[in-house]
Amino acid sequence: MSLNNVFSIAGSGMSAQSIRLNATSSNIANAETVSSSIDETYRARYPVFAHALNEAQQEGSLFDDQPKEVGQGVRVLGVVESQQELEARYDPNHPMADEDGYVFYPNVNVVEQMADMISASRSFQTNVDVLNTAKTMMQKVLTLGQ
Amino acid sequence: MAISFDRALGIHPQALEFRAQRAEVLANNLANADTPGFKARDVDFASVMKQQEGVQDTEGQQKLSRTHQQHVSGFIDETADTELLYRVPSQPSVDGNTVDSQREITEFTQNKIAFESSFTFLNSKFKGLSTAIKGQ
Repeated sequence: MSLNNVFSIAGSGMSAQSIRLNATSSNIANAETVSSSIDETYRARYPVFAHALNEAQQEGSLFDDQPKEVGQGVRVLGVVESQQELEARYDPNHPMADEDGYVFYPNVNVVEQMADMISASRSFQTNVDVLNTAKTMMQKVLTLGQ
Repeated sequence: MAISFDRALGIHPQALEFRAQRAEVLANNLANADTPGFKARDVDFASVMKQQEGVQDTEGQQKLSRTHQQHVSGFIDETADTELLYRVPSQPSVDGNTVDSQREITEFTQNKIAFESSFTFLNSKFKGLSTAIKGQ
């Protein structure tokens, strides 16, 4: 029954959003992680979401004529690092300063990360609501004929 | 006069099935609310009904004949082609995503209520049958 698929779809949504929350918290935690070289400095990380497609559509579905058309939720393709420029601050007294006196700060925009965090948590809640609704629908079906 | 479950239950089992499948499509839209380039989709109930016009039952007879154009037309045949359509975006975003969460939640809730109505109808059909069997 296709209500079972709703569980896996909402579950994939929740797991994708929690990966996003994970990346956001990592970014915020490392917002002030300094380093003395460009290559070693922390860069903001973002997960890349993609639409997950169903490999073999169940038989007897309404959408038989278009296999692979109904999605199976969302999947995370990977995590990418932001290629935005790092912030170089002149601070010769800093213990991590390089020979020219520069310290490199991560390219994390904390305000942007907070907005991202709120968006991820809202999306997570939406998926929980969908799951709950599907659960009530299924429980209702079990009472058929009683 | 044999009792046929198909006839006794009417359109409601198919309607319930349709609602469950639509719930899947809408849940998929909501799960992909943040996926770049994802296009929101939906199934149109009216077009499903329209496709069923002229559907014939196993005896080759019209399942329902309409004597007035405003009558509800035939039964739903779950084997018929149903198209998954794309939603017309009201506020498309820069990344190509056309999911409007508020709208999808509304549709999902509405779908749930319709599911429960179909369920209530189906349940009362069963109650009627069981009353008929018991004869009380």
